[in-house]
Amino acid sequence: MGERSEIGDRYETLRRRIKEELENEQNGVPTIRITMSTCARAAGAEETRKAIEDAIAAFGLSAKIIPVGCLGHCYAEPLIILDYPTTGLPPICYHSVNAGKARLIIQSYLQESDPAFEYIMGAMEENDLIPPVTTFPRFGLEERIVMTHCGRINPWDIREYIANDGYSALAAALTDLPERIIDEVEKSGLRGRGGAGFPTGRKWRLGRAQESNRKVVICNADEGDPGAYMDRTIIESNPHQLLEGIAICAYAVGADTAIIYIRAEYPLAVKTIEQAIREAKAYGFLGERILGSDFSLDVKIFQGSGAFVCGEETALIQSIEGRRGMPQHRPPYPVERGLWGYPTIVNNVKTFSYVPSIINKGAEWFQSIGTERSPGTAIFSIVGNVKHPGLVEVAMGTTLRTLIFDICGGIANKKTFKAVQIGGPSGGCLSEVFLDTPIDFDSLTQVGAMMGSGGMVVMDEDSCMVDVARYFLDFTQKESCGKCTFCRIGTKHLLDILDRITRGKGQEEDLKILEDLSRDIKQGSLCGLGKTAPNPVITSIRYFFDEYVAHVRDKRCPALKCRSLIAYYIDLERCARGCEACVGSCPVEAIFTTKGRKKAIDQSLCVKCGECMVACPKEYDAVLRVSPPELAPIIERPPMR
Amino acid sequence: MEVSGQHIGHGIREEEEQAISEKLPEILGEFSRERSSLLPILQRIQEAFKFLSPGAIKAVAEYLGLSGSEVYGVATFYNQFRFHPPGRHEIKICMGTACHVKGGDVILENFERRLGIKEGETTPDREYSIERVACVGCCALAPVAVVDDKVIGYMQPSKVEGLFLQFEIQRKIREGQIKTEAS
Ligand SMILES: Cc1cc2nc3c(=O)[nH]c(=O)nc-3n(C[C@H](O)[C@H](O)[C@H](O)COP(=O)(O)O)c2cc1C
Ligand code: FES
Repeated sequence: MGERSEIGDRYETLRRRIKEELENEQNGVPTIRITMSTCARAAGAEETRKAIEDAIAAFGLSAKIIPVGCLGHCYAEPLIILDYPTTGLPPICYHSVNAGKARLIIQSYLQESDPAFEYIMGAMEENDLIPPVTTFPRFGLEERIVMTHCGRINPWDIREYIANDGYSALAAALTDLPERIIDEVEKSGLRGRGGAGFPTGRKWRLGRAQESNRKVVICNADEGDPGAYMDRTIIESNPHQLLEGIAICAYAVGADTAIIYIRAEYPLAVKTIEQAIREAKAYGFLGERILGSDFSLDVKIFQGSGAFVCGEETALIQSIEGRRGMPQHRPPYPVERGLWGYPTIVNNVKTFSYVPSIINKGAEWFQSIGTERSPGTAIFSIVGNVKHPGLVEVAMGTTLRTLIFDICGGIANKKTFKAVQIGGPSGGCLSEVFLDTPIDFDSLTQVGAMMGSGGMVVMDEDSCMVDVARYFLDFTQKESCGKCTFCRIGTKHLLDILDRITRGKGQEEDLKILEDLSRDIKQGSLCGLGKTAPNPVITSIRYFFDEYVAHVRDKRCPALKCRSLIAYYIDLERCARGCEACVGSCPVEAIFTTKGRKKAIDQSLCVKCGECMVACPKEYDAVLRVSPPELAPIIERPPMR
Repeated sequence: MEVSGQHIGHGIREEEEQAISEKLPEILGEFSRERSSLLPILQRIQEAFKFLSPGAIKAVAEYLGLSGSEVYGVATFYNQFRFHPPGRHEIKICMGTACHVKGGDVILENFERRLGIKEGETTPDREYSIERVACVGCCALAPVAVVDDKVIGYMQPSKVEGLFLQFEIQRKIREGQIKTEAS
């Protein structure tokens, strides 16, 4: 028993010391937390940070700048959270802080003690003066487990994680029997968040049961769905929570090596996790004899090289072994014979990230959230045509309507909702009818979609469902590894047919072929890529049949998206005489001046890029689209002088 | 897998291959001679030289005791690897789902038209190259482009012009056509 309580004591002492250390460092000085994740940087966070630094220097203030990850409110990046304790006000969150705004906020609040109300998003705590962010539907409706600390703590400083009880679950786990940890995870009902929803506890128990002198844990951070980015965000925002989950898993199954397989397209996430591993080692949470116990764990990083299929666990293993990432027959499952022939436990980033909370708060607490068969929360990246795109964590069983309309503010630009694509290339397109379906693993599978990665792309009336199906087939066709004939050739066929339809060359029997071929591909493919590749086609035909019919029968694209089926023209009634706004925007000089000194489009030159439509001043709104293209009025181009 | 139609080694100058081969032994020395090192080695070489030259592939094969075609077969499987040198300015356009819905193809075409090359190509003066990528993880800011490793959100045709203006000024400064105060 001596060693056990020693681990707990050691952790407690460390945590107390760190808390004191951080309090001393803060010491009444204002802190400015600024989001520095990839999305924040893309929105200009680096310029904002520079402006803050300059303003602090210029006004001769003392304040501490702390980089944080992503709060999930990507539409409002860059965000800053300003804590100025001596004012008596709670920490305040400001949104869309560009360099200019940053300067004003710093001057106003830190110099003149006026918190610049006009730029405030909300207070981070309840108070009497400033409305707290929790009154926003977004903050109020979310239920956060994995993302609790995302965007609030510094991912580059392990001490902030520890000060929030980070690594306490690992310390507790190390004083317990591995079997008991597996019991707890199994009892919690946690299902893998990589897509298929396999019970995590069962996988770990199988891993534990393997007789082998070596076992490996792999964290799947390949995140191949083009439209999902929560794994990136979680790594960039709270890498230690992930490392803690991985370490607990390794201890439970008896592994001494862990590999994090991460996409090379995520350079910042790679850097963040590398630094986190170094820090965790330095503090004794990874490496040799963790927290003084007998358990050691070596954590390595392996960068994926941009192949979607490598997200599939057996292909991923092939790729680490230095081969082409071709999925393998299962059984044997990786948990029996995986990397280099050793038993290998593969889990997704989110799956591991839930584990510390489950150990700390117990299986029953986790069970009490979500639905019976899908306990816990789900993390979605909701993007596309919504007002407030970003990352959302809600209890499983939340409806699409709540997610899209209440949390993400509904459809942008006064358009109407048409469809939501869930689960990326393996998922499906759902129509309005499903807005009130509570979503969890099983309900989505039932309607032909899939939880998949948790990527959700919301589409408005301007999106064409045939085009979306074509887009996904183009993706899977390129990403098919080529091993299974049906997947390799079948997806190519599907793509050819969809291409044909979007170009107005489709026949009615094509619709039947699409459906038959889809079924064959599902049956004739080895891995999930082929098995699910037809989903976007099947669901879009099922729920948007009229649109397919319009394309093949009338050669018309109702959404005015498919370029071969539309034409742009200028409404002479609306066009303002003498206005030249569109002329310069046209990349191919297709716009000419009519006899009446208005503008018209030369259809023989037009490439249908749509830039004139953007350029035309809002008050005229004279550029229009029609389908089929023959409907566009023909206006003679006057001979060149 | 789509293999780029580019002829292997297309447009690589002899001096370049020479310079690469001089630095290779040091890079290879960082890795153990086992098959699992293959992808990390290729990534490291691409990081150093921006592409995999025929000479580099051969050297990796020799180092790991594999055949050249085996190494080449693995390398072409992965979208990350390039076999010809990119431009000084690397332009990557996101073609992920969110960017597709928000008109990423229009942005791509804009770059293509502006530079007179197609995606996967480099301008003859090697100043620019265009590639398409599948999601860089900034979907909320779609459409997205990555220019010289900087992610740019909310891309618009007008931003394309702004970028080139900036690059052309930089180039003129570099070539001494514009004098800066420092020089
Ligand atoms: C084509 C394909 C792509 C996949 N991509 C991913 C991925 O990007 N990330 C992931 O965690 N799992 C992915 N998976 C699922 C993995 O094979 C595996 O089931 C998962 O990593 C197990 O972790 P979990 O039990 O925590 O979900 C993919 C599967 C297939 C068939
Ligand atoms: S789809 Fe373009 S960044 Fe994700």
